[in-house]
Amino acid sequence: MSGNGSGSDQLPPLLLLHPDDNILVARRDIAAGERVELDGESFLIPAAVELGHKLARRALTAETRVLKYGAPIGSMKTAAARGEHVHLHNLRSDYIPSTTRDGGTDAH
Amino acid sequence: MNSPDPASSSMKGFPRKDGRKGIRNVVAVAYLVECAHHVSRLIVQRSGADDVHLIGFPGCYPNKYSLEMMQRLCTHPNVGAVLLVSLGCEGFNREQLRKHIAASGRQVDLLVIQQSGGTTRTLNAGLDVVRRMRAELAKQAQVPMALNELIVGTVCGGSDGTSGITANPAVGRCFDWLIENDAACIFEETGELIGCERIMASRAVTPELGREIEACVDKAANYYRIMGYGSFAPGNAEGGLTTLEEKSMGAYSKSGSSPIRGLIKPGDVPPRGGLYLLDVVPDGEPRFGFPNISDNAEIVELIACGSHLILFTTGRGSVVGSAISPVIKVCANPDTYERMADDMDVNAGRILHGAELDDVGREIFDLVQRVAAGELSKSEALGHQEFILTYKQFEPIGPACLPAA
Repeated sequence: MSGNGSGSDQLPPLLLLHPDDNILVARRDIAAGERVELDGESFLIPAAVELGHKLARRALTAETRVLKYGAPIGSMKTAAARGEHVHLHNLRSDYIPSTTRDGGTDAH
Repeated sequence: MNSPDPASSSMKGFPRKDGRKGIRNVVAVAYLVECAHHVSRLIVQRSGADDVHLIGFPGCYPNKYSLEMMQRLCTHPNVGAVLLVSLGCEGFNREQLRKHIAASGRQVDLLVIQQSGGTTRTLNAGLDVVRRMRAELAKQAQVPMALNELIVGTVCGGSDGTSGITANPAVGRCFDWLIENDAACIFEETGELIGCERIMASRAVTPELGREIEACVDKAANYYRIMGYGSFAPGNAEGGLTTLEEKSMGAYSKSGSSPIRGLIKPGDVPPRGGLYLLDVVPDGEPRFGFPNISDNAEIVELIACGSHLILFTTGRGSVVGSAISPVIKVCANPDTYERMADDMDVNAGRILHGAELDDVGREIFDLVQRVAAGELSKSEALGHQEFILTYKQFEPIGPACLPAA
């Protein structure tokens, strides 16, 4: 990762970890309505995203393999628009379902 | 970035009869069944000494794995002397453990509560034993120790979406530099490497070892499926991780980029420098429940493999330390670091604010050497000495798991 350690505000809020990835990672909390650069274009963030969470880099259809670090991390359960939060509600494991504290899972 | 210069001239160790050296000189008080836990804890607390640590096994039924683990832990190079505390009727083979420790050249004593006359008499006898042991250990001189005599383990706990971007790859850089200096480094939790099996296999020093690595991740996936849960906690999801394989890819980066020299099981000590994968998932049909019920169970297994210290990466913020070996906390998330700085040794989250990965890796590499030289890690200074050991069963590793040079 590049950077000179000065003024994190000037650093792009979205990280592309690998050129093949179809998701981006939030470098910090990003507010709804914030304007960010997405693949060279200005883009309006539709809903708040927390640090460490993922956004669709481009529109993803159901069953699309999601790539992070250039490696598959699961498949889309439902479609996501460009810039949409990608998480338990629309992404599932191709191995073992993830569970939440209330007993929910990422499975269908 | 080239490998930083090691500062190992300042490292000193306590020499042991088996040739290994300890970076601490701990008196371990070990309960051999839960029924002896309270008395053992009282002995540790009332000794008033930070270098008296509580370890033990709670079960009453005998188990080959737990006996071997206790043998390894009680003869770990960081341990100078051991007081065993038995209730008296439990199944643990206390005489074999005592003989094993005595054969290692360490001071060892055994108190059986039913023979000593109960809680108070055992407590008083135990305090006398610990006082005598510490007086003996205080006479022991340290000798110079080099990086190639060091074993470092790594574990992650409370991972989030920052872990795989900051703390884990920074530990990976540190591992690469330790291994260039011929230290042994161990990464683990095959159940948290599900999805990385083919990439890991391609890094094995022989194709046969690569096949063993793939088979052991398959074993882990099967085991966790039967348990009904992957190694994925709700906090992982709250921190932005969605799937087990996503968590795995982040965890995997702790291993750095060195070739994988061997696949070991709990209690196997790496025979020489290099990178080793620790298989923590039991063999055979699932029998005793989840492989490791919490992070400290993994830390104890890394220590049983000879780890002198542990690099613990955390995103959500773990506070644990360990008995026997110091735990260094590398915090992945800059917001968590702000909230919990007193518990964190390294702020790897600053990578998200523009710091270089190599600089954070260098900070960890330097800190490893300072803690090995005697500096207390944060969790150590705060008195964290967590310990947990449960039932498991393993078959010995096969010949392909540790290829010869």
